[in-house]
Amino acid sequence: MILTQEQQAILDGSKGETMAKVMKTIVMYGEAFEAEKLVPITSKYNHLVTSFGLKVMSPVYDLMQQLLDAGVASGQNFSVDPRPLDKNVPANILQNLVFNKFMYTKQDFYEKQLKELGLMNDKAFTCTCYMDEVGNKPQKGDVLSWAESSAVVYANSVLGARCNRNSGIIDIMGSIVGYVPYFGLLTDEGRKATWIVKINTTKKPEAQLLGSAIGMKVMEDVPYVVGLDKWIGAELNDSACAYLKDFGAATASNGAVGLYHIENLTPEAVELGEKLIAEGAKEYIIDDAELERVQKNYPVIWKNPDATPKLCFVGCPHLSLQQLKDWTDKIEAELKKNGKKKVIIPTVFTAAPEVLKAFAKTDYEARLKATGVITSYICPLMYMNNPLCKKMPVITSSNKLRTYTSARYYTDSEILKIITDGGK
Amino acid sequence: MKQFQGRIITPGEVTAEAVVTTQGFNTLASFQMALQFGDKEVKCGDQNNEELHGKPLIGKALCLPQTIGSTTGGLVLYCACAMEKNPACMLFSNHVDSLAAAGAVLADVWVDNVSMPVIDSLGDEFLNYVKDGMKITVKANGIVEVDG
Repeated sequence: MILTQEQQAILDGSKGETMAKVMKTIVMYGEAFEAEKLVPITSKYNHLVTSFGLKVMSPVYDLMQQLLDAGVASGQNFSVDPRPLDKNVPANILQNLVFNKFMYTKQDFYEKQLKELGLMNDKAFTCTCYMDEVGNKPQKGDVLSWAESSAVVYANSVLGARCNRNSGIIDIMGSIVGYVPYFGLLTDEGRKATWIVKINTTKKPEAQLLGSAIGMKVMEDVPYVVGLDKWIGAELNDSACAYLKDFGAATASNGAVGLYHIENLTPEAVELGEKLIAEGAKEYIIDDAELERVQKNYPVIWKNPDATPKLCFVGCPHLSLQQLKDWTDKIEAELKKNGKKKVIIPTVFTAAPEVLKAFAKTDYEARLKATGVITSYICPLMYMNNPLCKKMPVITSSNKLRTYTSARYYTDSEILKIITDGGK
Repeated sequence: MKQFQGRIITPGEVTAEAVVTTQGFNTLASFQMALQFGDKEVKCGDQNNEELHGKPLIGKALCLPQTIGSTTGGLVLYCACAMEKNPACMLFSNHVDSLAAAGAVLADVWVDNVSMPVIDSLGDEFLNYVKDGMKITVKANGIVEVDG
Protein backbone atom coordinates (compact mmCIF):
# COMPACT_ATOMS: atom_id res chain seq x y z
CA MET A 1 0.00 0.00 0.00
CA ILE A 2 1.29 3.45 -0.87
CA LEU A 3 0.77 5.91 1.96
CA THR A 4 0.97 9.70 1.84
CA GLN A 5 3.69 11.37 3.87
CA GLU A 6 1.15 12.27 6.52
CA GLN A 7 -0.21 8.71 6.75
CA GLN A 8 3.28 7.23 6.88
CA ALA A 9 4.26 9.65 9.63
CA ILE A 10 1.27 8.60 11.72
CA LEU A 11 2.19 4.96 11.15
CA ASP A 12 5.72 5.78 12.27
CA GLY A 13 4.45 7.31 15.50
CA SER A 14 4.32 11.07 14.83
CA LYS A 15 1.01 11.24 16.71
CA GLY A 16 1.90 8.78 19.41
CA GLU A 17 2.03 5.05 19.89
CA THR A 18 -1.72 4.44 20.13
CA MET A 19 -2.46 6.42 16.98
CA ALA A 20 0.29 4.45 15.22
CA LYS A 21 -1.44 1.21 16.26
CA VAL A 22 -4.77 2.53 14.96
CA MET A 23 -3.12 3.38 11.64
CA LYS A 24 -1.39 -0.02 11.56
CA THR A 25 -4.78 -1.70 12.05
CA ILE A 26 -6.30 0.20 9.12
CA VAL A 27 -3.27 -0.45 6.88
CA MET A 28 -3.16 -4.18 7.68
CA TYR A 29 -6.91 -4.39 7.12
CA GLY A 30 -6.47 -2.78 3.71
CA GLU A 31 -3.51 -4.97 2.81
CA ALA A 32 -5.66 -8.06 3.32
CA PHE A 33 -7.60 -6.79 0.28
CA GLU A 34 -4.60 -5.57 -1.74
CA ALA A 35 -5.78 -1.97 -1.25
CA GLU A 36 -3.30 0.34 -2.94
CA LYS A 37 -4.13 3.44 -0.91
CA LEU A 38 -6.20 4.97 1.84
CA VAL A 39 -8.92 7.46 0.91
CA PRO A 40 -10.45 10.20 3.09
CA ILE A 41 -13.78 9.65 4.81
CA THR A 42 -16.21 12.28 3.50
CA SER A 43 -19.45 11.66 5.42
CA LYS A 44 -20.52 14.11 8.12
CA TYR A 45 -21.17 11.39 10.68
CA ASN A 46 -19.94 7.90 11.41
CA HIS A 47 -22.06 4.94 12.60
CA LEU A 48 -20.85 2.30 15.06
CA VAL A 49 -22.29 -1.17 15.53
CA THR A 50 -21.29 -1.71 19.16
CA SER A 51 -23.95 -0.23 21.42
CA PHE A 52 -24.13 -2.78 24.19
CA GLY A 53 -22.33 -2.88 27.50
CA LEU A 54 -22.01 -6.64 27.77
CA LYS A 55 -19.84 -7.79 30.63
CA VAL A 56 -18.26 -10.42 28.40
CA MET A 57 -17.12 -7.82 25.86
CA SER A 58 -14.68 -6.25 28.31
CA PRO A 59 -11.82 -6.44 25.78
CA VAL A 60 -13.74 -3.97 23.60
CA TYR A 61 -14.21 -1.46 26.43
CA ASP A 62 -10.58 -1.85 27.45
CA LEU A 63 -9.55 -1.01 23.91
CA MET A 64 -11.91 2.00 23.80
CA GLN A 65 -10.37 3.19 27.06
CA GLN A 66 -6.91 2.90 25.54
CA LEU A 67 -8.09 5.19 22.74
CA LEU A 68 -9.62 7.68 25.18
CA ASP A 69 -6.61 7.67 27.48
CA ALA A 70 -4.36 8.38 24.52
CA GLY A 71 -6.64 11.23 23.42
CA VAL A 72 -7.15 9.83 19.92
CA ALA A 73 -10.94 10.21 19.72
CA SER A 74 -12.57 10.60 16.32
CA GLY A 75 -13.11 14.02 14.77
CA GLN A 76 -16.48 12.74 13.53
CA ASN A 77 -19.53 12.43 15.74
CA PHE A 78 -21.44 9.20 15.32
CA SER A 79 -24.67 7.33 15.86
CA VAL A 80 -24.63 3.81 17.24
CA ASP A 81 -26.81 0.70 17.20
CA PRO A 82 -29.81 0.42 19.58
CA ARG A 83 -29.61 0.08 23.32
CA PRO A 84 -30.16 -3.47 24.56
CA LEU A 85 -32.61 -2.81 27.38
CA ASP A 86 -35.92 -1.05 27.93
CA LYS A 87 -38.19 -1.46 30.97
CA ASN A 88 -41.23 -1.24 28.65
CA VAL A 89 -40.39 -4.56 27.04
CA PRO A 90 -41.92 -7.54 28.87
CA ALA A 91 -39.41 -9.58 30.87
CA ASN A 92 -39.85 -11.84 33.87
CA ILE A 93 -37.95 -11.54 37.15
CA LEU A 94 -35.32 -14.04 36.11
CA GLN A 95 -34.75 -12.34 32.76
CA ASN A 96 -34.41 -8.95 34.44
CA LEU A 97 -31.93 -10.46 36.85
CA VAL A 98 -29.86 -11.91 34.00
CA PHE A 99 -30.04 -8.68 31.96
CA ASN A 100 -29.19 -6.26 34.75
CA LYS A 101 -26.96 -8.24 37.10
CA PHE A 102 -25.15 -10.55 34.70
CA MET A 103 -25.21 -9.47 31.08
CA TYR A 104 -25.38 -5.71 30.59
CA THR A 105 -23.51 -4.58 33.68
CA LYS A 106 -21.17 -2.46 31.56
CA GLN A 107 -23.94 -0.49 29.82
CA ASP A 108 -23.61 2.77 31.76
CA PHE A 109 -19.82 2.60 31.64
CA TYR A 110 -19.80 2.01 27.89
CA GLU A 111 -22.35 4.75 27.17
CA LYS A 112 -20.08 7.17 29.05
CA GLN A 113 -17.22 6.04 26.81
CA LEU A 114 -19.36 6.55 23.72
CA LYS A 115 -20.17 10.13 24.79
CA GLU A 116 -16.49 10.86 25.24
CA LEU A 117 -15.70 9.28 21.87
CA GLY A 118 -18.21 11.51 20.03
CA LEU A 119 -21.76 10.14 20.21
CA MET A 120 -24.11 12.54 18.29
CA ASN A 121 -26.58 12.76 21.20
CA ASP A 122 -28.17 10.50 23.80
CA LYS A 123 -30.95 9.49 21.37
CA ALA A 124 -28.63 8.45 18.56
CA PHE A 125 -29.09 4.74 19.35
CA THR A 126 -30.57 2.95 16.33
CA CYS A 127 -29.62 0.64 13.49
CA THR A 128 -31.56 2.95 11.12
CA CYS A 129 -29.46 6.08 11.60
CA TYR A 130 -30.26 7.13 8.02
CA MET A 131 -33.89 7.91 8.86
CA ASP A 132 -34.68 11.62 8.37
CA GLU A 133 -35.71 11.90 12.03
CA VAL A 134 -32.29 10.67 13.17
CA GLY A 135 -30.23 12.76 10.79
CA ASN A 136 -27.25 10.57 9.91
CA LYS A 137 -27.99 10.28 6.20
CA PRO A 138 -24.95 10.26 3.93
CA GLN A 139 -24.94 11.79 0.46
CA LYS A 140 -24.48 9.85 -2.76
CA GLY A 141 -20.77 9.19 -3.27
CA ASP A 142 -19.82 9.82 0.37
CA VAL A 143 -17.06 7.55 1.68
CA LEU A 144 -17.98 6.01 5.04
CA SER A 145 -16.33 4.05 7.82
CA TRP A 146 -19.60 2.57 9.07
CA ALA A 147 -20.37 -0.82 10.53
CA GLU A 148 -23.82 -2.43 11.15
CA SER A 149 -24.59 -4.69 8.24
CA SER A 150 -28.15 -3.43 7.63
CA ALA A 151 -27.06 0.23 7.68
CA VAL A 152 -24.07 -0.39 5.41
CA VAL A 153 -26.12 -2.21 2.78
CA TYR A 154 -28.77 0.54 2.90
CA ALA A 155 -26.20 3.35 2.62
CA ASN A 156 -24.50 1.67 -0.34
CA SER A 157 -27.59 0.54 -2.19
CA VAL A 158 -30.34 3.07 -1.51
CA LEU A 159 -28.28 6.19 -0.81
CA GLY A 160 -25.37 5.48 -3.18
CA ALA A 161 -22.72 6.08 -0.51
CA ARG A 162 -19.54 3.98 -0.51
CA CYS A 163 -18.70 1.76 2.41
CA ASN A 164 -17.27 -1.69 2.94
CA ARG A 165 -18.82 -4.13 5.38
CA ASN A 166 -16.55 -2.96 8.14
CA SER A 167 -16.48 -4.72 11.43
CA GLY A 168 -17.12 -3.13 14.79
CA ILE A 169 -13.96 -1.37 16.12
CA ILE A 170 -12.66 -0.97 12.55
CA ASP A 171 -15.56 1.50 12.15
CA ILE A 172 -14.22 3.87 14.80
CA MET A 173 -10.57 3.30 13.94
CA GLY A 174 -11.14 4.43 10.34
CA SER A 175 -12.93 7.47 11.65
CA ILE A 176 -10.10 8.27 14.08
CA VAL A 177 -7.42 8.29 11.38
CA GLY A 178 -9.84 9.85 8.90
CA TYR A 179 -9.11 7.32 6.17
CA VAL A 180 -10.35 3.93 4.98
CA PRO A 181 -8.60 1.47 2.64
CA TYR A 182 -9.68 1.75 -0.98
CA PHE A 183 -11.02 -1.66 -1.95
CA GLY A 184 -14.22 -3.61 -2.55
CA LEU A 185 -17.39 -1.55 -2.42
CA LEU A 186 -15.45 1.72 -2.50
CA THR A 187 -14.35 1.01 -6.08
CA ASP A 188 -16.39 1.16 -9.31
CA GLU A 189 -15.28 -2.38 -10.16
CA GLY A 190 -16.29 -3.70 -6.73
CA ARG A 191 -19.76 -2.24 -7.15
CA LYS A 192 -20.49 -4.26 -10.28
CA ALA A 193 -23.06 -7.02 -9.98
CA THR A 194 -21.90 -10.61 -10.33
CA TRP A 195 -25.43 -11.99 -10.03
CA ILE A 196 -28.57 -11.18 -11.96
CA VAL A 197 -31.62 -12.00 -9.84
CA LYS A 198 -34.89 -12.24 -11.75
CA ILE A 199 -38.12 -11.82 -9.78
CA ASN A 200 -40.83 -13.95 -11.37
CA THR A 201 -43.34 -14.03 -8.50
CA THR A 202 -47.11 -13.67 -8.92
CA LYS A 203 -47.38 -11.25 -6.01
CA LYS A 204 -45.22 -8.71 -4.19
CA PRO A 205 -42.47 -10.77 -2.53
CA GLU A 206 -42.08 -10.43 1.23
CA ALA A 207 -39.09 -8.13 1.69
CA GLN A 208 -37.35 -10.12 4.41
CA LEU A 209 -37.98 -13.46 2.72
CA LEU A 210 -36.72 -12.25 -0.65
CA GLY A 211 -33.64 -10.74 1.00
CA SER A 212 -32.98 -13.99 2.82
CA ALA A 213 -33.21 -16.05 -0.38
CA ILE A 214 -30.86 -13.72 -2.23
CA GLY A 215 -28.41 -13.44 0.69
CA MET A 216 -28.13 -17.19 1.06
CA LYS A 217 -27.57 -17.60 -2.68
CA VAL A 218 -25.12 -14.79 -3.52
CA MET A 219 -23.36 -14.58 -0.11
CA GLU A 220 -21.00 -11.55 -0.32
CA ASP A 221 -21.54 -10.83 -4.01
CA VAL A 222 -23.44 -7.91 -5.50
CA PRO A 223 -26.84 -8.80 -6.99
CA TYR A 224 -28.60 -6.83 -9.75
CA VAL A 225 -32.30 -7.43 -9.16
CA VAL A 226 -34.63 -7.36 -12.14
CA GLY A 227 -38.43 -7.24 -11.93
CA LEU A 228 -38.80 -5.95 -8.37
CA ASP A 229 -39.77 -2.44 -9.53
CA LYS A 230 -42.95 -4.03 -10.85
CA TRP A 231 -43.97 -4.60 -7.23
CA ILE A 232 -42.43 -1.70 -5.32
CA GLY A 233 -42.38 0.99 -8.00
CA ALA A 234 -39.68 3.06 -9.63
CA GLU A 235 -39.56 5.83 -7.03
CA LEU A 236 -37.59 5.84 -3.79
CA ASN A 237 -40.56 6.94 -1.68
CA ASP A 238 -41.21 6.04 2.00
CA SER A 239 -42.77 2.73 1.11
CA ALA A 240 -40.00 1.61 -1.26
CA CYS A 241 -37.26 2.74 1.15
CA ALA A 242 -38.85 0.81 4.03
CA TYR A 243 -39.11 -2.27 1.82
CA LEU A 244 -35.46 -1.97 0.77
CA LYS A 245 -34.39 -1.44 4.40
CA ASP A 246 -35.95 -4.76 5.40
CA PHE A 247 -34.89 -6.54 2.22
CA GLY A 248 -31.29 -5.37 2.60
CA ALA A 249 -31.05 -6.35 6.26
CA ALA A 250 -32.02 -9.90 5.31
CA THR A 251 -29.50 -10.06 2.44
CA ALA A 252 -26.78 -8.88 4.84
CA SER A 253 -27.58 -11.19 7.75
CA ASN A 254 -28.61 -14.33 5.87
CA GLY A 255 -25.66 -13.82 3.57
CA ALA A 256 -23.03 -11.10 3.52
CA VAL A 257 -24.40 -8.67 0.95
CA GLY A 258 -23.06 -5.13 1.27
CA LEU A 259 -24.60 -3.68 -1.89
CA TYR A 260 -27.47 -4.53 -4.21
CA HIS A 261 -28.85 -2.81 -7.27
CA ILE A 262 -32.57 -2.75 -8.05
CA GLU A 263 -33.27 -2.13 -11.72
CA ASN A 264 -35.03 1.20 -12.37
CA LEU A 265 -34.99 2.10 -8.67
CA THR A 266 -31.71 2.37 -6.75
CA PRO A 267 -29.50 5.33 -7.75
CA GLU A 268 -26.68 3.53 -9.51
CA ALA A 269 -29.07 1.18 -11.32
CA VAL A 270 -31.05 4.18 -12.57
CA GLU A 271 -27.86 5.93 -13.65
CA LEU A 272 -25.94 3.05 -15.19
CA GLY A 273 -28.50 0.29 -15.79
CA GLU A 274 -27.07 -2.98 -17.11
CA LYS A 275 -23.58 -1.46 -17.37
CA LEU A 276 -23.41 -2.39 -13.69
CA ILE A 277 -23.53 -6.09 -14.53
CA ALA A 278 -20.13 -7.76 -14.65
CA GLU A 279 -19.21 -10.10 -17.47
CA GLY A 280 -20.15 -13.70 -16.72
CA ALA A 281 -22.68 -12.78 -14.02
CA LYS A 282 -24.58 -15.77 -12.69
CA GLU A 283 -28.36 -15.94 -12.71
CA TYR A 284 -30.85 -16.71 -9.94
CA ILE A 285 -34.56 -16.87 -10.70
CA ILE A 286 -36.99 -16.37 -7.84
CA ASP A 287 -40.59 -17.45 -8.15
CA ASP A 288 -43.30 -18.25 -5.59
CA ALA A 289 -42.07 -21.84 -5.20
CA GLU A 290 -38.51 -20.71 -4.47
CA LEU A 291 -39.65 -18.35 -1.72
CA GLU A 292 -41.83 -21.09 -0.26
CA ARG A 293 -38.87 -23.49 -0.33
CA VAL A 294 -36.65 -20.98 1.46
CA GLN A 295 -39.19 -20.31 4.20
CA LYS A 296 -39.93 -24.01 4.73
CA ASN A 297 -36.24 -24.73 5.21
CA TYR A 298 -35.80 -22.41 8.19
CA PRO A 299 -35.07 -24.57 11.23
CA VAL A 300 -37.56 -24.37 14.10
CA ILE A 301 -35.58 -24.76 17.29
CA TRP A 302 -38.33 -24.23 19.81
CA LYS A 303 -38.48 -27.03 22.36
CA ASN A 304 -42.15 -27.44 21.49
CA PRO A 305 -42.68 -26.40 17.86
CA ASP A 306 -46.44 -26.11 18.53
CA ALA A 307 -46.05 -23.79 21.54
CA THR A 308 -48.16 -20.66 21.75
CA PRO A 309 -45.92 -17.65 21.16
CA LYS A 310 -45.15 -15.66 24.29
CA LEU A 311 -43.72 -12.59 22.59
CA CYS A 312 -43.63 -11.00 19.17
CA PHE A 313 -40.98 -8.59 17.89
CA VAL A 314 -41.46 -6.43 14.81
CA GLY A 315 -38.80 -3.89 13.87
CA CYS A 316 -35.41 -5.45 13.23
CA PRO A 317 -34.12 -3.32 11.63
CA HIS A 318 -36.01 -0.49 13.35
CA LEU A 319 -39.33 0.51 11.82
CA SER A 320 -39.85 3.74 9.92
CA LEU A 321 -42.52 6.25 10.90
CA GLN A 322 -44.66 5.19 7.95
CA GLN A 323 -44.30 1.51 8.88
CA LEU A 324 -45.51 2.27 12.42
CA LYS A 325 -48.54 4.04 10.96
CA ASP A 326 -49.25 1.26 8.46
CA TRP A 327 -49.03 -1.42 11.16
CA THR A 328 -51.42 0.60 13.35
CA ASP A 329 -54.02 0.71 10.57
CA LYS A 330 -53.63 -3.01 9.81
CA ILE A 331 -53.85 -4.15 13.44
CA GLU A 332 -56.89 -1.99 14.14
CA ALA A 333 -58.67 -3.36 11.07
CA GLU A 334 -57.78 -6.97 11.85
CA LEU A 335 -58.83 -6.69 15.50
CA LYS A 336 -62.13 -5.15 14.44
CA LYS A 337 -62.66 -7.98 11.96
CA ASN A 338 -61.99 -10.52 14.70
CA GLY A 339 -64.14 -8.77 17.28
CA LYS A 340 -61.18 -8.09 19.56
CA LYS A 341 -59.81 -4.95 21.17
CA LYS A 342 -56.23 -5.92 21.92
CA VAL A 343 -53.53 -8.16 20.49
CA ILE A 344 -53.51 -11.61 22.06
CA ILE A 345 -49.72 -12.06 22.00
CA PRO A 346 -47.49 -9.53 23.81
CA THR A 347 -46.11 -7.56 20.88
CA VAL A 348 -43.23 -5.09 20.73
CA PHE A 349 -42.58 -2.72 17.83
CA THR A 350 -39.09 -1.26 17.79
CA ALA A 351 -37.96 2.00 16.20
CA ALA A 352 -35.35 4.73 16.64
CA PRO A 353 -35.92 7.04 19.64
CA GLU A 354 -36.36 10.02 17.31
CA VAL A 355 -38.82 8.09 15.13
CA LEU A 356 -40.82 7.15 18.22
CA LYS A 357 -40.78 10.81 19.23
CA ALA A 358 -42.19 11.77 15.82
CA PHE A 359 -44.74 8.95 16.10
CA ALA A 360 -45.82 10.32 19.48
CA LYS A 361 -46.73 13.59 17.79
CA THR A 362 -49.34 11.79 15.67
CA ASP A 363 -52.68 10.36 16.75
CA TYR A 364 -51.41 6.94 15.67
CA GLU A 365 -49.43 6.49 18.88
CA ALA A 366 -52.52 6.43 21.11
CA ARG A 367 -54.31 4.20 18.59
CA LEU A 368 -51.45 1.68 18.53
CA LYS A 369 -51.22 1.74 22.31
CA ALA A 370 -54.95 0.99 22.49
CA THR A 371 -54.34 -2.23 20.56
CA GLY A 372 -51.94 -3.37 23.30
CA VAL A 373 -48.81 -3.13 21.18
CA ILE A 374 -45.76 -1.82 23.04
CA THR A 375 -43.24 0.45 21.34
CA SER A 376 -39.57 0.45 22.26
CA TYR A 377 -36.17 1.67 21.09
CA ILE A 378 -34.30 -1.54 21.95
CA CYS A 379 -32.44 -4.02 19.79
CA PRO A 380 -34.56 -7.20 19.83
CA LEU A 381 -31.44 -9.20 19.06
CA MET A 382 -29.76 -7.98 22.23
CA TYR A 383 -32.90 -8.74 24.24
CA MET A 384 -32.96 -12.32 22.96
CA ASN A 385 -29.26 -12.88 23.26
CA ASN A 386 -29.42 -15.15 26.34
CA PRO A 387 -30.27 -18.78 27.11
CA LEU A 388 -33.55 -17.87 28.85
CA CYS A 389 -34.97 -16.59 25.58
CA LYS A 390 -33.96 -19.81 23.85
CA LYS A 391 -36.63 -21.54 25.89
CA MET A 392 -39.16 -18.84 25.09
CA PRO A 393 -41.32 -19.11 21.94
CA VAL A 394 -40.79 -15.73 20.28
CA ILE A 395 -42.09 -14.87 16.82
CA THR A 396 -40.88 -12.18 14.45
CA SER A 397 -41.10 -10.96 10.88
CA SER A 398 -37.38 -10.18 10.98
CA ASN A 399 -35.14 -12.57 9.14
CA LYS A 400 -32.16 -11.03 10.88
CA LEU A 401 -33.60 -11.81 14.30
CA ARG A 402 -34.42 -15.34 13.12
CA THR A 403 -30.85 -15.84 11.98
CA TYR A 404 -29.21 -14.91 15.27
CA THR A 405 -31.73 -16.15 17.83
CA SER A 406 -34.36 -18.81 18.45
CA ALA A 407 -37.12 -16.48 17.21
CA ARG A 408 -39.37 -18.05 14.61
CA TYR A 409 -39.93 -16.23 11.36
CA TYR A 410 -43.34 -15.45 9.90
CA THR A 411 -44.27 -13.05 7.13
CA ASP A 412 -45.84 -9.72 8.11
CA SER A 413 -49.32 -10.94 7.18
CA GLU A 414 -48.84 -14.16 9.17
CA ILE A 415 -47.66 -12.12 12.16
CA LEU A 416 -50.72 -9.92 11.86
CA LYS A 417 -53.01 -12.95 11.98
CA ILE A 418 -51.16 -14.57 14.88
CA ILE A 419 -51.11 -11.49 17.12
CA THR A 420 -54.73 -10.61 16.44
CA ASP A 421 -56.36 -14.02 16.32
CA GLY A 422 -53.81 -16.70 17.08
CA GLY A 423 -53.23 -17.34 13.39
CA LYS A 424 -56.56 -19.01 12.84
CA MET B 1 -0.70 -35.90 3.64
CA LYS B 2 -1.51 -33.02 1.32
CA GLN B 3 -0.13 -29.50 1.21
CA PHE B 4 -1.94 -26.32 0.23
CA GLN B 5 -0.32 -22.94 -0.31
CA GLY B 6 -2.30 -20.00 1.00
CA ARG B 7 -1.83 -16.29 1.58
CA ILE B 8 -0.91 -15.06 5.04
CA ILE B 9 -3.35 -12.59 6.59
CA THR B 10 -1.87 -12.86 10.08
CA PRO B 11 1.23 -14.97 10.60
CA GLY B 12 1.97 -17.88 12.90
CA GLU B 13 2.61 -21.60 13.18
CA VAL B 14 0.26 -24.09 14.78
CA THR B 15 -0.92 -27.70 14.71
CA ALA B 16 -4.55 -28.49 15.49
CA GLU B 17 -7.49 -30.73 14.67
CA ALA B 18 -9.77 -29.59 11.85
CA VAL B 19 -13.40 -28.56 12.14
CA VAL B 20 -14.90 -27.89 8.75
CA THR B 21 -17.79 -25.91 7.37
CA THR B 22 -18.47 -25.69 3.67
CA GLN B 23 -21.00 -22.90 4.14
CA GLY B 24 -20.39 -19.34 5.33
CA PHE B 25 -19.35 -19.17 8.98
CA ASN B 26 -21.60 -16.78 10.88
CA THR B 27 -19.23 -15.43 13.52
CA LEU B 28 -21.77 -13.75 15.79
CA ALA B 29 -24.24 -16.63 15.68
CA SER B 30 -21.44 -19.14 16.25
CA PHE B 31 -19.71 -17.46 19.21
CA GLN B 32 -22.25 -15.29 20.99
CA MET B 33 -23.77 -17.77 23.44
CA ALA B 34 -20.53 -19.59 24.17
CA LEU B 35 -18.60 -16.41 24.94
CA GLN B 36 -21.35 -14.88 27.01
CA PHE B 37 -22.11 -17.85 29.15
CA GLY B 38 -18.66 -19.23 29.67
CA ASP B 39 -18.83 -22.39 27.58
CA LYS B 40 -15.30 -23.74 28.02
CA GLU B 41 -15.46 -25.71 24.78
CA VAL B 42 -16.86 -22.73 22.88
CA LYS B 43 -19.40 -24.87 21.06
CA CYS B 44 -20.72 -23.40 17.82
CA GLY B 45 -24.15 -21.86 18.47
CA ASP B 46 -25.22 -21.25 14.88
CA GLN B 47 -28.46 -23.14 14.41
CA ASN B 48 -28.28 -22.54 10.64
CA ASN B 49 -24.97 -24.36 10.29
CA GLU B 50 -25.65 -28.10 10.53
CA GLU B 51 -21.99 -28.96 9.97
CA LEU B 52 -20.76 -27.02 13.00
CA HIS B 53 -23.69 -26.53 15.36
CA GLY B 54 -22.75 -27.87 18.80
CA LYS B 55 -19.14 -28.65 17.90
CA PRO B 56 -16.27 -27.18 19.98
CA LEU B 57 -14.33 -24.39 18.26
CA ILE B 58 -11.67 -23.52 20.83
CA GLY B 59 -8.21 -24.66 19.81
CA LYS B 60 -9.45 -26.11 16.52
CA ALA B 61 -8.28 -25.45 12.99
CA LEU B 62 -11.41 -23.82 11.63
CA CYS B 63 -11.65 -24.54 7.89
CA LEU B 64 -14.18 -22.43 6.05
CA PRO B 65 -14.97 -20.64 2.80
CA GLN B 66 -15.61 -17.23 4.41
CA THR B 67 -17.46 -15.62 7.31
CA ILE B 68 -20.92 -14.08 6.97
CA GLY B 69 -23.48 -12.14 8.98
CA SER B 70 -23.38 -9.24 11.39
CA THR B 71 -20.64 -6.63 11.27
CA THR B 72 -19.97 -7.35 14.92
CA GLY B 73 -18.15 -10.39 13.49
CA GLY B 74 -14.68 -8.86 13.68
CA LEU B 75 -15.00 -7.63 17.23
CA VAL B 76 -16.47 -10.96 18.31
CA LEU B 77 -13.36 -12.67 16.92
CA TYR B 78 -11.20 -10.05 18.62
CA CYS B 79 -12.94 -10.73 21.94
CA ALA B 80 -12.60 -14.49 21.47
CA CYS B 81 -8.85 -14.00 21.02
CA ALA B 82 -8.53 -11.57 23.94
CA MET B 83 -10.35 -14.10 26.13
CA GLU B 84 -8.22 -16.95 24.75
CA LYS B 85 -11.32 -18.73 23.46
CA ASN B 86 -10.39 -18.56 19.81
CA PRO B 87 -9.84 -21.27 17.22
CA ALA B 88 -6.17 -22.23 16.84
CA CYS B 89 -6.24 -20.89 13.31
CA MET B 90 -8.68 -19.92 10.57
CA LEU B 91 -8.14 -21.37 7.12
CA PHE B 92 -10.15 -19.88 4.27
CA SER B 93 -10.62 -21.57 0.93
CA ASN B 94 -11.75 -18.22 -0.55
CA HIS B 95 -10.32 -14.74 -0.22
CA VAL B 96 -10.78 -13.56 3.35
CA ASP B 97 -13.86 -11.37 3.91
CA SER B 98 -13.83 -7.95 5.54
CA LEU B 99 -15.20 -9.09 8.92
CA ALA B 100 -12.80 -11.97 9.41
CA ALA B 101 -9.89 -9.85 8.23
CA ALA B 102 -10.85 -7.19 10.77
CA GLY B 103 -11.00 -9.71 13.60
CA ALA B 104 -7.66 -11.23 12.64
CA VAL B 105 -5.95 -7.84 12.35
CA LEU B 106 -7.45 -6.47 15.58
CA ALA B 107 -6.24 -9.54 17.45
CA ASP B 108 -2.80 -9.33 15.86
CA VAL B 109 -2.28 -5.63 16.62
CA TRP B 110 -4.06 -5.21 19.94
CA VAL B 111 -3.90 -8.56 21.78
CA ASP B 112 -0.61 -9.59 23.35
CA ASN B 113 0.47 -13.20 23.75
CA VAL B 114 -2.24 -14.68 21.52
CA SER B 115 -1.54 -16.05 18.09
CA MET B 116 -4.27 -17.09 15.67
CA PRO B 117 -2.75 -17.59 12.23
CA VAL B 118 -5.18 -16.74 9.46
CA ILE B 119 -4.51 -18.04 5.97
CA ASP B 120 -6.77 -17.45 2.97
CA SER B 121 -7.03 -18.38 -0.73
CA LEU B 122 -6.37 -22.08 -0.06
CA GLY B 123 -8.75 -23.01 -2.88
CA ASP B 124 -11.83 -25.17 -3.27
CA GLU B 125 -9.69 -28.32 -3.35
CA PHE B 126 -8.60 -27.62 0.23
CA LEU B 127 -12.16 -27.45 1.48
CA ASN B 128 -13.16 -30.53 -0.52
CA TYR B 129 -10.25 -32.50 0.93
CA VAL B 130 -10.20 -31.53 4.58
CA LYS B 131 -12.56 -33.31 6.98
CA ASP B 132 -13.39 -32.98 10.68
CA GLY B 133 -10.71 -34.50 12.89
CA MET B 134 -7.86 -34.34 10.37
CA LYS B 135 -4.54 -33.03 11.68
CA ILE B 136 -3.68 -29.60 10.34
CA THR B 137 -0.28 -27.94 10.46
CA VAL B 138 0.07 -24.28 9.53
CA LYS B 139 3.59 -23.24 8.57
CA ALA B 140 5.08 -19.78 8.80
CA ASN B 141 5.24 -19.46 5.00
CA GLY B 142 1.47 -19.95 4.57
CA ILE B 143 1.65 -23.65 3.69
CA VAL B 144 -1.10 -25.71 5.26
CA GLU B 145 -0.47 -29.44 5.68
CA VAL B 146 -3.50 -31.69 6.01
CA ASP B 147 -2.86 -35.15 7.41
CA GLY B 148 -5.73 -37.58 6.97
